Amino acid sequence: MSFLLACPNCGPRDVNEFHCQGEVTIRPKASPSRRELSEYLYFRRNVAGVQREWWYHRMGCEAWFLAERDTRTNEVLSTELPE
Amino acid sequence: MKDIFRVRRMWRPRSELKPRYDVVIVGGGTHGLATAYYLAKNHGITNVAVLEKSYIGSGAAGRNTTIIRANYRTPEGAEFYKKSVELYEELGADLDFNLLFSQQGHLTLAHSDRGIITATERAEVNQLLGIDSRVIGRDEIRELCPEMDLSDDVTWPVMAALYHPRGGIIRHDAVVWGYARGVDRRGIEIHPYTEVTGIDRENGRVTGVQTNRGPISCGTVISATAGWSTLVCDLADVPLPITTHILQAFVTEPMKPFLDVIIVSSQMHVYISQTDRGEFLIGAEIEPYTTYRGTSTFPFLEFAARHTLELFPQLERVKVLRQWTGLCDVSPDYSPILGKTEVEGFHVSAGWGTYGFKAAPIVGTTLAELVATGDTPALIQPFELERFYTDTLVSEVAAAAVSH
Ligand SMILES: Cc1cc2nc3c(=O)[nH]c(=O)nc-3n(C[C@H](O)[C@H](O)[C@H](O)COP(=O)(O)OP(=O)(O)OC[C@H]3O[C@@H](n4cnc5c(N)ncnc54)[C@H](O)[C@@H]3O)c2cc1C
Repeated sequence: MSFLLACPNCGPRDVNEFHCQGEVTIRPKASPSRRELSEYLYFRRNVAGVQREWWYHRMGCEAWFLAERDTRTNEVLSTELPE
Repeated sequence: MKDIFRVRRMWRPRSELKPRYDVVIVGGGTHGLATAYYLAKNHGITNVAVLEKSYIGSGAAGRNTTIIRANYRTPEGAEFYKKSVELYEELGADLDFNLLFSQQGHLTLAHSDRGIITATERAEVNQLLGIDSRVIGRDEIRELCPEMDLSDDVTWPVMAALYHPRGGIIRHDAVVWGYARGVDRRGIEIHPYTEVTGIDRENGRVTGVQTNRGPISCGTVISATAGWSTLVCDLADVPLPITTHILQAFVTEPMKPFLDVIIVSSQMHVYISQTDRGEFLIGAEIEPYTTYRGTSTFPFLEFAARHTLELFPQLERVKVLRQWTGLCDVSPDYSPILGKTEVEGFHVSAGWGTYGFKAAPIVGTTLAELVATGDTPALIQPFELERFYTDTLVSEVAAAAVSH
């Protein structure tokens, strides 16, 4: 097994049950310039450290939720449903 | 006789860092070493240091599945990789080092109508650019690879294949060592266990680097750090459109040779070759989450083994010898990011995902030319970082989304 992730509904499960949507990004303002939009679409912080990210419980309750994970160790520090 | 036990060094250990070099190359993988090599060979620039945070070849350079090919989907990509394959064909002679390059041929299997369409499109682009590449049917596949299961009695029957006769495999460590020796012989310094921890700038121009062994001043810095590119570019405040993932591979115990062509199935996300030692070398897909942790996983082994057995059921009882992992710097369009950045004198080779090993010679040649002349060679202009700000991507999804 790679590592476990605790789904806020279903509890700890194998990471392969989930889809990872990547780091949480900040949406640009209402009418962004092309540069702002490109930054939002393509550029990523890709940190080596704790990262806040979106996950989807593909093979379970199908909920979208947020996790904090250390990308150096894959330790998942917390998970929560979005507000 | 005594001579055979003599330790032969491929490159000299260097005790001290000099306070100044003209060019500092960060990363002692194939791209960093190739760039240093062509700086010296093609342009006579030798006041250069290659800094590597671990041992030489410790990154993806020594972990890849060594597939070299040019049959890409976009004209920009195909042209670029074609040049690289041509340089690889001469490289053993150039470095005077046996790289065990075996151009045994490369088959990308199509298991659906969609797969055949993609293969046909690639063949058309390739042929226009003079790349040996064509779509073949089952009869020809059977001739090239009689041991593969071509029956209809499987989950994904093979319908056709994209055949690229000049695709091949090579000894990756030899490429690293050959370049490193060539670099050393031309007077360039190789410094392992030297980590770059800062990039100094003044008025938007590079002035030096900080390392765990002290500061160095220099006019040009090249980041050739693959999976670590984001972290190194952060030091110069250059954002990248990259995420870091792991890619894994494994080898079986050695078997009598029976596979002398590289088999790739995009449908099943697996690729298979038999090495000179007789081991079956098998790779698959990156892990979908970003990570810098290089541990191997069991689900990968399960997945790759299952799909390999669909094609080669006779490997059923063969034992797995080793499994390993490397970091991959994945870009949004599966094309590299090459050349200048907004910081003057700071150039990058990044965005190599799962396919950068085959590009080392052409990356080295073009980046060396950029440093020597100050101009971006036409061949790599489509791959500038700037394309992500202007939304002019070079999509290689069709040819590179299955790793290698
Ligand atoms: C399992 C696997 C299979 C693959 N198969 C293929 C294939 O079949 N064909 C193909 O073309 N490609 C393949 N690839 C991709 C290919 O290996 C890479 O794209 C390519 O090797 C990257 O270039 P490099 O050799 O210069 O990188 P690397 O060898 O990763 O070099 C980067 C170096 O930078 C060093 N570094 C990082 N940060 C710092 C710092 N701060 N200071 C100093 N040094 C630093 C690292 O230690 C590392 O040695 C594969 C990759 C993997 C992992």
